[in-house]
Amino acid sequence: MLELAQLTTGQELPAYTKEPVTKVQLVKYAGASGDFNPLHTDDAFAQKIGMPGVIAHGMLIMGFLGEYVNHLAGDLAIVKDFSMRFGAMTFPKDTITCRGVIKETYEQHGARFAVLTLYAEKGPEKVVGSGEATLQF
Amino acid sequence: MSVAHLIGKAGKPYTVEVEKCHIRQFAQAIGDTNPLYSDEEFAKKTVHGGIIAPPTFPIAMSEESDEDLDLGLEYSRMLHGEQRFIYTRPIRPGDVLTCQLKVTDVYEREGKNGTMEFIVMDTEMTDAAGAHVVTSRTNIIYRSVSANA
Repeated sequence: MLELAQLTTGQELPAYTKEPVTKVQLVKYAGASGDFNPLHTDDAFAQKIGMPGVIAHGMLIMGFLGEYVNHLAGDLAIVKDFSMRFGAMTFPKDTITCRGVIKETYEQHGARFAVLTLYAEKGPEKVVGSGEATLQF
Repeated sequence: MSVAHLIGKAGKPYTVEVEKCHIRQFAQAIGDTNPLYSDEEFAKKTVHGGIIAPPTFPIAMSEESDEDLDLGLEYSRMLHGEQRFIYTRPIRPGDVLTCQLKVTDVYEREGKNGTMEFIVMDTEMTDAAGAHVVTSRTNIIYRSVSANA
């Protein structure tokens, strides 16, 4: 959990590694999110459009970063802004690690904020997406 | 085909009631075991004062619309480039959210395979009192036809 008073710009936050992505998880995420694009659940369909097989929803990976952010925020901070830019694709059996760096901390209208730069990686130096979150303390 | 004419296009507003079990299923699919999304007693003691939805949950609300806004785009050329959630407050179980999708920006950039077009779509979500809760902003990359070959 983050203590705002101890955060400094450039500070690296503890990384968090998820369980490998599974095909069952993609089916569950399709159901829960309402995104039934067969690219994420149907290998035959995915292969027809040139993929080796199904790929994970980008939003599932953003969900991993969201899990990471609220884990860091603990019971102290509220997510005010959260964004992600999607890069490489994630496949079943890929293991995603979430990393964060403090970009800045500031005060505005009496409230205190921390901005985190976020990365989702499927191996060292293999970034699948990067993002940013603003937490209000 | 330029997509500039799409700016300002809006879908019909629709209303969704946020269910506690939907929030739990969404967190479970991510593999997110934070009790903040399921345990009222735990959540009460946090800054949130009760159960909230995970930060990316609004994406599940965007899919609740009965009729898609028909922009005349080719699905196969669309890539989800970026996603952003701009919150006034977290979503809570029992919220009755009115959602509306709007095309708020369209722009072009030169890429390796020619001009790429970008379409920015906002889904604004307001609560029963009419107050803003969250805006879900989706940035679509609309690939040129040649890049598709």
